[in-house]
Amino acid sequence: MLFPPSNQFDFANRVVVTGAGIITALGAGWDINAAGFRAGKSAFRPVTLFDVSRQRTKIAAEIDLPENLPPTLLSEKHQRRLDRSARMLLFAAREAWTQSGWQPEENLPVVLGTTSGEMSLGQDYLRQAIGAPGSFKGQPTRIAYYQVQRQALDVCEAFGFQGPILIIANACASGSNAIGHAWELLRTGRAEKVLTGGYDALCHLTFAGFDSLQALAPTPCRPFDAERNGLTLGEGAAVLTLETLASAQQRGAEIVGEILGYGASTDVHHLTQPHPEGDAALAAMNAACTVAGVTPEQVDYINAHGTATPQNDATEAVAINRWAGEHARKLPVSSIKASIGHLLGAAGAVEAVTCLMALRGQWLPPEIALGKVDPACRFPVVREPMDKKIDVALSNSFGFGGANATLIFRRWA
Amino acid sequence: MSRIFVHGIGAVSPAGWGVPALSEALKNGEPLPVQNLPRPGWEKPLCIRAVPVPSARPAFLAHPRLRRAGAMAQHTVAAVLEALGDDVVRVRSGELRLGVIVCTMVGGMTYTRRFYEEVLREPATASPLIFPETVFNAAASHVSAFLGAKEINYTLVGDDGTFLQGLALAAAWLANDRADGCVIVGAEEVDWIVADAVRLFQPRAVYSGGAGALYLKMDADSEVELAAITDSFIFTKEQTRAKAAARMKSQLPAGSTNELLCDGGADSMIWSNWPGRRLTPKTILGEAFVATAAWQCVSACQAISQNESPAANVSVVGANQQAIGARFVANNL
Repeated sequence: MLFPPSNQFDFANRVVVTGAGIITALGAGWDINAAGFRAGKSAFRPVTLFDVSRQRTKIAAEIDLPENLPPTLLSEKHQRRLDRSARMLLFAAREAWTQSGWQPEENLPVVLGTTSGEMSLGQDYLRQAIGAPGSFKGQPTRIAYYQVQRQALDVCEAFGFQGPILIIANACASGSNAIGHAWELLRTGRAEKVLTGGYDALCHLTFAGFDSLQALAPTPCRPFDAERNGLTLGEGAAVLTLETLASAQQRGAEIVGEILGYGASTDVHHLTQPHPEGDAALAAMNAACTVAGVTPEQVDYINAHGTATPQNDATEAVAINRWAGEHARKLPVSSIKASIGHLLGAAGAVEAVTCLMALRGQWLPPEIALGKVDPACRFPVVREPMDKKIDVALSNSFGFGGANATLIFRRWA
Repeated sequence: MSRIFVHGIGAVSPAGWGVPALSEALKNGEPLPVQNLPRPGWEKPLCIRAVPVPSARPAFLAHPRLRRAGAMAQHTVAAVLEALGDDVVRVRSGELRLGVIVCTMVGGMTYTRRFYEEVLREPATASPLIFPETVFNAAASHVSAFLGAKEINYTLVGDDGTFLQGLALAAAWLANDRADGCVIVGAEEVDWIVADAVRLFQPRAVYSGGAGALYLKMDADSEVELAAITDSFIFTKEQTRAKAAARMKSQLPAGSTNELLCDGGADSMIWSNWPGRRLTPKTILGEAFVATAAWQCVSACQAISQNESPAANVSVVGANQQAIGARFVANNL
């Protein structure tokens, strides 16, 4: 039963990651992404997925999706119906699932974050319904496979397990909210294992939307640069297999890292703009630290939301300054959006995996193209590849509608 | 075990604005009149049941956030305000930490369609005012902004049963002390593009829209208690809709002659031996996915608070994701 729960909340469980899968414009898989992030590689290029000739911006971080999906239980017919988002999600899920060594089971919760599911199919449906109103060919399939629950069901069927499925659509914080919620299910003893993550593919509607807001940069984005001029969109997916420490140890599973805390808050200032003092960002960071039992001085690295829009980065800088106090001066911060762009609903999940990579490899992801750092940043922005001893990393995600989320990770040693 | 109580209900539906209009329509038991909705490029109009225009423009629409908000956001805020009642003041003053959960399957499709039409015409001039309203969590964001509620706020997307998952999530937030109260809304809006899509899958269905809301707290000073939410049984190749529905049913009490069943229509067969009264909001109001599930829960709570039934089961077999049920009982303190 979802309610009342079968056991009392005990808040005693430690939550660890036993599998992580990732696909971004840097490539498919942990190793190629870790190498790319560590080197600060840039994955931006001209958009080829749709016509951007009449947009102000013409670049994004597109994925070269492998032609064949990884082996799963899905039939070939089923696989042919999957579009970009579902395929990316399956790539990430397969990597995480394999690494974890999990077996199919009856009641394995899935918690995913996305902003738009398979919007490319939604667009196709709209285009045909508007442009060729007498034709219904392919329309039922487009509807069925556009919906976000379909992609989650595909994951369940691909690996032979049965949900429940919860999908959080909190704009650009969706991925972090999903992982945070999964963490909470485990911490409070309501599940032993949860498959979680985030995904979003590039599509014209979203691209044109950010372009209409004049939020897109015509050149690759430069988070925290004093002369930054907007964000660059990307696409991707990341999936984590989370479980209680007791479960992982009982299985003898390899542990990738630990999630210590999660905080969430709502910025009520404006639908698309953060409060300039960063109150809600600060609240999310404080909440995550409180539940994690971590002080700012114990955090060794911040993976910032860092979209490179003038307002986001200014607000986030203020929030980090306020949260860290004097510690800010020696607290390295960077945004991997400098490498792979803004992945929207996938951002928080991909950035979570990047934090785990950094903690495992003891390095920091740099922003190679960074010019002059915004003087609002009291903290050092990582601009060159750097090895560093880090034990605790914090990741911020802030979304449209004021959805703010913070996750805290610890190195597993 | 943490007990959870229903402290308010709200509804906007084709029957009108407010729970009394919903209750009256369901008591009458007659399907509401159907309206025609033109489908561009198509001679035959679509059949829908729309939310009627309110007799007076709701005052809350003067809020800067809501002036250009779409129907889904407007209905969501109205249902939330009705459910919260006097606690609106406590939320605004910061005395009460409010968690907000908005559940939907389709989302704000009118603005999404309009924006994409603009993109197809001329992407360089597509409206920056419309795009933010297309995002799934726009309605939830407007609720928090209107109330000044800075606590946790989720938008859940899925089929009809997502509303019941939202109730379970709210119960967890309350038990975890993430909030002092939680409002959960199920909302959908009418647009020709959705009505047309529904027709492809359910040719005889009449699409409708609106919102339903429940306000939950741990405070026992309430007439209705949330007694149970079943597991969510998803539909897969191995677990058919029928099997999932049967498993959901097996987790709820079989009922008695004085109890109420609020079902979703498609699941009527599995409850053929239900001994008590039944309500099927969908047959009166139309197909509104997550909003329909919310109306089922609102109706169950209303019947209990009006002493019409001591307990009610809610059965939801969703469009394409899950079967899930809930049970509400009179709070005998």
